[in-house]
Amino acid sequence: MAELKFIGGYPEYMRKLIDVVNSTRSQRVDFTPKAMTMEERDDVLKVHPDYAPGGKRALALGPNKGDMAPNEVADLLEAYPLIRDDEIDLNTPDYTTDLLIIGGGLAGTSAAVWANNQGIDRDKILLVNKLRHGDANSIMAEGGTQAADRENDSPARHFLDAIGGGHFSNKPDVLRALVEDAPLIMKWLSELGAMLDHEEDGTFVEKAGGGTSRRRMHACKDYTGLEELRVIRDEFRSRQIPYLEYFPVIEFLTDGNSVSGAVLYNLETGDYKVVQAKATILATGGFGRLHIRGFPTTNHYGATCDGMVLAYRAGAKLRDTDTVQYHPTGAAYPQQIIGLLLTEKLRSMGAQPVNKEGKAFVFPLEPRDVEAASFIRECYMRDKGIVTPTGMRGIWLDTPMIELKNGAGTIEKSFPGMFRMFQRFDLDMRKDPVLVFPTLHYQNGGVETDPWGKASVSRLWVAGEVSGGVHGKNRLMGNSTLDCMVFGRRSGISAAEYLKTNPVQGKLTLAHLDNYVKMLKESGIQTSRKAPILLPDYRGKAVLARIIDVF
Amino acid sequence: MSDKDNNIMDKIAESNKSVVSGIDEKDIKHWITISILGSKYKVPAGLTIMQAMEFAGYRFIRSCGCRAGFCGACTTVYRIEGDYRLKTAMACQTRVEDGMYLTQIPFTPAERANYDMNGLKPGIEAFLTCYPEMLRCLGCNSCTKACPQDIDVMEYIAAGKRGDVALMAELSFDCIMCGLCAMRCPAELAQYNYAQLARRLHGKYETPPPEHLAKRIQEIAEGKYKEEIDKLAEMATEELRKLYTERDIEKA
Repeated sequence: MAELKFIGGYPEYMRKLIDVVNSTRSQRVDFTPKAMTMEERDDVLKVHPDYAPGGKRALALGPNKGDMAPNEVADLLEAYPLIRDDEIDLNTPDYTTDLLIIGGGLAGTSAAVWANNQGIDRDKILLVNKLRHGDANSIMAEGGTQAADRENDSPARHFLDAIGGGHFSNKPDVLRALVEDAPLIMKWLSELGAMLDHEEDGTFVEKAGGGTSRRRMHACKDYTGLEELRVIRDEFRSRQIPYLEYFPVIEFLTDGNSVSGAVLYNLETGDYKVVQAKATILATGGFGRLHIRGFPTTNHYGATCDGMVLAYRAGAKLRDTDTVQYHPTGAAYPQQIIGLLLTEKLRSMGAQPVNKEGKAFVFPLEPRDVEAASFIRECYMRDKGIVTPTGMRGIWLDTPMIELKNGAGTIEKSFPGMFRMFQRFDLDMRKDPVLVFPTLHYQNGGVETDPWGKASVSRLWVAGEVSGGVHGKNRLMGNSTLDCMVFGRRSGISAAEYLKTNPVQGKLTLAHLDNYVKMLKESGIQTSRKAPILLPDYRGKAVLARIIDVF
Repeated sequence: MSDKDNNIMDKIAESNKSVVSGIDEKDIKHWITISILGSKYKVPAGLTIMQAMEFAGYRFIRSCGCRAGFCGACTTVYRIEGDYRLKTAMACQTRVEDGMYLTQIPFTPAERANYDMNGLKPGIEAFLTCYPEMLRCLGCNSCTKACPQDIDVMEYIAAGKRGDVALMAELSFDCIMCGLCAMRCPAELAQYNYAQLARRLHGKYETPPPEHLAKRIQEIAEGKYKEEIDKLAEMATEELRKLYTERDIEKA
């Protein structure tokens, strides 16, 4: 590092490559490469990590036996529980509640507020969080939330865009719920007081996203998820709904057929708590921290696939476990922020992907998998990527084009978060392009549900990233925050309706674990793996080699 | 072809190794020394504070959230050897420096009011009702100096005291609610909670409702799109694919 001379945050050799980008910008300002045909898309997808050979295997047991899943996910589904039946005292529950909500991101927090709206008393709700309430991928969503509310748009169009982007594998009934509820969610956010980007007369500012045929992306600068989450969380807090932090769920409890509560683990003191619940909503988010195929990730620290593991053991059916979303534009430089998200909205506003020769080589707003694959092809098959000092390869995202197309000052105004992040590392994205490479972003599949969030196991609802079906095999930008709020709301309402039928408390057992362990042994898998893993481990290798356990 | 594709995945994984699975000492050329809670550690230069602490052997439970500058979990206070000043940072967004003395503040015990937004109006009364202590601000600017988001906290509190909710909302918009302003405030304010109230008041009451939205919601309720979506939901994939491919795309 010290041998390299840095100019404006970039080493000298990269600075020379930036000059190439600068020199072609005026020719590119009115030029956009054509969108790919379906055949061209299929061809480039061969180098997408989902389709490149290896990396996956068929699940050996459970309701989805035979379905393909990334090895990292299969490893956790084919693993032993953290606890044994005889270690846990189920006779005296620490909490008895009507509605247990697991996970306090956008989905879980929305579910709580809507269950309360439906008449479920606040003291009959318990929201539990692995980390803090709000530590979730939701808070990092930058680009926006889709809702077809403009004159030239329609929910049917939103449906068509999403199912096409999802390779026609989306579950139609849940997708319908997503697109039809979207405008309602925008209204809810406005009434709660979210500061959505708007014109003087109140009309929303709406942008295009990858794979959308109309401008329907609603944003709050580049802090969309942060604004949505903090507003809904503020409402939740004002209603004084009970919640716990640093209490991950480590196992569901079942009465044999249906979910009846959960075992929590106090991350700080190491003891467990038992929750008895008449209804449970699972909203634990995704699995980015599993680093599928060795990719860096945009995801928060706790995104470790816990929810899918627990639901699968309790007998819930999954779907679309074979695909993973890689966001085309993760930061590839500098080293400190590798993998962090650079919102798709940068491309919506004119930033072009450019190769080392200064050429725009791809339509900037292909669906995410196609765009990501085209970057991998450019870097690794055509050798037209830019190599960083640490050996990563990347593509330029020509951010100065945003200022050229929309006027000076646009970046600071529309992307304050992004601008600040690069500035912290001495880079100026107004003047220089930034280097990007695909980063692991989203769990496309998950626990299968009906349009009201109900899983195939009774008394269990599922909302947000941990669910599967609504996005099929590839999610479009702006449909995940929407998914969280639509299905958070729907599961909250549906669980509340169920609770009004006065169901009896289920028996608390861990019987489903015996069954799972038996299946695991019978499947012939030799392993000592345990799951859920709760947190990733990034400790230095030298330290790990010398860790001893003394108390 | 297939071997080559596999090779690509291996190459990508190899180049990301240090980010994904912890740093290997043998790859490091440049070292610095930092102090974590008073104990010294030799760590690689060029990491973030968070990565450096992990390299040193810390496995975070608290003080680590989104790892991308959005959540405010990794609030850090530090001093550089030889300098008396206390500085603040987000550990995931700040490069580690030689001679840093580090500690983290994983929680802020700040007062937060419970309110019903329907019972409040944008203006000074809302703050007098929910947070009368806001008037105690001494104008010392400690909050602004502490803010890792470079927000002019003192200025937005001043705006609030004048009843200028719109300005308070705009100035505080980038707040990640890390709590550093409150921890440094000699008047014991919890600025970030007041700002949250200001933003909600502004969003709810000072923005005209979008008319196109109400219209669309009504159309959906009346079933205007039902038939069209029914058709799409039942359509054979080939037909759907054709429709999708041929749809017109509005210029971004």
